[in-house]
Amino acid sequence: MTTHDQYFVPEGSKWPIIASLGVLTLLAGVALAINHIQGATLMIILGFIIMGTLFFGWFGEVIGESKAGDYNSQVDASFRQGMMWFIGSEVFFFACFFGSYYYLRELTLPYLGGEGHLGKTHMLWENFKSTWPLLNLPDPAAGIKGQYSEAREAMAAWGIPALNTAILLSSGGTLTWAHWGLKKNNRRQLNIGLVLTVLLGVTFFLLQVKEYGHAYHEMNLTLHSGLYGSVFYLLTGFHGFHVVVGAIMLMAILGRTLKGHFSEHDHFGFEAVAWYWHFVDVVWLGLFIFVYWL
Amino acid sequence: MSTDVAHEEHHHGPPKGIGRWLFSTNHKDIGTMYLTFALTMLFVGGASAMYIRAELFMPGIQFMEPDFYNNMVTNHALIMVFAVVMPAAAGLANWMIPMMIGAPDMALPRLNNLSFWLLPAAAVMLILSTIVPFMPGTGTAVNTGWTLYPPLSIQAGMGMDFVIFTVHILGVSSILASINIVVTILNMRAPGMTLFKMPMFCWAWLFTGLLLIIIAPVLAGGVTMLLFDRHFGTSFFDAAGGGDPVLFQHLFWFFGHPEVYVLLLPSIGVIAMIIPTFSRKPLFGYKSLVGGMAVLFTLGLVAWAHHQYTVGMAAGPTTWFMIITILISIPVGLMLLNFMMTMWRGAMTFETPMLFAVSIVLMFSFAGVTGIMLAVVPADLEYHDSMFVVAHFHYALIPGALLGLFAAAFYWLPKWTGNMYDERLGKIFFWWNVIAFNLTFFPQHFYGLAGMPRRIVDYNPAFADLNMLSSIAAFAYGISHLLFLYIVIKTVKGGVKAGNKPWEGAQVGTTGLEWDLSSPPPFHSYATPPVVK
Repeated sequence: MTTHDQYFVPEGSKWPIIASLGVLTLLAGVALAINHIQGATLMIILGFIIMGTLFFGWFGEVIGESKAGDYNSQVDASFRQGMMWFIGSEVFFFACFFGSYYYLRELTLPYLGGEGHLGKTHMLWENFKSTWPLLNLPDPAAGIKGQYSEAREAMAAWGIPALNTAILLSSGGTLTWAHWGLKKNNRRQLNIGLVLTVLLGVTFFLLQVKEYGHAYHEMNLTLHSGLYGSVFYLLTGFHGFHVVVGAIMLMAILGRTLKGHFSEHDHFGFEAVAWYWHFVDVVWLGLFIFVYWL
Repeated sequence: MSTDVAHEEHHHGPPKGIGRWLFSTNHKDIGTMYLTFALTMLFVGGASAMYIRAELFMPGIQFMEPDFYNNMVTNHALIMVFAVVMPAAAGLANWMIPMMIGAPDMALPRLNNLSFWLLPAAAVMLILSTIVPFMPGTGTAVNTGWTLYPPLSIQAGMGMDFVIFTVHILGVSSILASINIVVTILNMRAPGMTLFKMPMFCWAWLFTGLLLIIIAPVLAGGVTMLLFDRHFGTSFFDAAGGGDPVLFQHLFWFFGHPEVYVLLLPSIGVIAMIIPTFSRKPLFGYKSLVGGMAVLFTLGLVAWAHHQYTVGMAAGPTTWFMIITILISIPVGLMLLNFMMTMWRGAMTFETPMLFAVSIVLMFSFAGVTGIMLAVVPADLEYHDSMFVVAHFHYALIPGALLGLFAAAFYWLPKWTGNMYDERLGKIFFWWNVIAFNLTFFPQHFYGLAGMPRRIVDYNPAFADLNMLSSIAAFAYGISHLLFLYIVIKTVKGGVKAGNKPWEGAQVGTTGLEWDLSSPPPFHSYATPPVVK
């Protein structure tokens, strides 16, 4: 790595415009598919193919430039700051969902149950008692019409969720251990640490799938079961999506370390993924405390 | 990819052919694409405004279904906010910030190209949202207004899904662009260019970028919940399942109110560059202006629910939002004072950019006054959802955002093209534009206060005369932009050569490094960092 006495600007790249086409194909496909239009699935598949090619192509190009030593310390700092602000925007994406959850649980439901001065003037359904987890629908008619159907029980915190908390927290530990290995140039420690992290991530995901199956089939806790189901799946679902993305990124990093990429001083790709994984970890802690436990 | 070839190309001119634009990593080319896109969409959004005014020319329904009218209201707002003002401001940032701070380019050039190319994709989705409802069996048009409030947005037809994805794409685009601009400002300044030596335009965009990183994800989350309520059976915004439609209003306006500052701040940055130039004095109170923007940034994030006074919030939060909203007038007033004190006893001349800047100070102050009226809860209960509100925010956003962009275009066109624009045509455009604008929107204060509601296709015949005046003036206002287009094309094609520092070299104070470069600047401004004294 050199200092930035000479500026670096990459040459023209075809990937951004391909990304734009991919996003357009994918989202137009989804918009048509959710309205049950014939042939939309093909568009979605095409969109995924474009996006997949894109990620391989674009990141491949960046990795190539990095290995060729094109990047000076200024470019490195730009990447780091860019990743930080990206995670910052992700924080606000989840803050939106956590904030909505707080608002609905602490303000809306008590009002609907007749508490507070707004509750007294806005009483819609006389017999509704506000509880959390919400296992009764405010409007009984919505249940009878089949629009919503009540969950039979609430998700318990101390089964799979607690186990998953332990798994995800240890994956953060193994990842940091791998990072220490990288910094000491101990490749064996690095590889073992990364493999363990990937395995823990995948285990977390599989347990989450099992939990969703249990919730859907035995507890009748679905997207249709009123506010509790809505909030539960929104928060855990988007977190789960981030776990999948993070795990794929970890696998990519594992592939790169096995090919001998990264040195003890120059490993921004590794660190970016590690930051992202720790972020996913912290979000889960919030989920476990506020969605499952309290 | 051979890096040797890459390095060779950096020091030469632009690549040949269409690939120069499609695959660009050059901040100037991407800035030009942003500005061209914005100018194109100005005419698309303007066409929907012309339709609205034609419909309101007389009482009664003239052309189309009421749903289509409301669809045009929705499109007009979405296009003007997301496809005109924001891309134009991003285009200015692209062109100017690297030159001002002595950077070779934006910090993340390929990401920069992605932020731009997502915009046409979003435009296609938005156009589809308008076309789709004409197919049989696809439900109603997007008739909600740009606020997309449920339950109406849950009942709307398939077009709404396209709007939701439009918002997603635009959100990603603005987050990526903001990250890029913030990193450029924080990381790419030439040695010696400290934060407090930066031109004010960079400060304005720093705050804008930070705002967008905070608010854009929240809107994305909100419309995602809307999508789930529409298609996957959730009940976030449906009280029957325990949800609350007011929650969406909170999420939308948590985005929507700071969004107003996202539109305003870049233009404030622009006139903070223009007024010192044409007053031939350094900017009065540089640090206080930065401080004012910081206060605006902070208060703007906690003032959102003043858009929802009539929805039935509890007294405590309503009071909070009223007080914060009124407090915002302090930093805004401070900014206007900065501009006036800069002009005070300056050797002023009134070229087109300065005319726009001075008119902005006047007309934007007027929007501030009506803003205070609307901020007061008991008064707002009367004004809410009337044409008075329409008048207020057009006075805020046309001078506060759009005219600032015109001022920027006239101020920097000589730098971009190397040619001076036609000053006489510029002045004609200014007077035509500003007079027609005032004739269009000033009467709306009166018939708004008299009780004409907004977003409704028909109205009481009592308001007919003033509406006819508004409509005629609006057509004149719309047509004036063709003159702007003509001036721009003429300037790009040729004209009196501009030196490195046009306007008698009057750029004083914190001007940035852009005036040291030739006009037009070289394809790559700097290969090595320039030195700042």
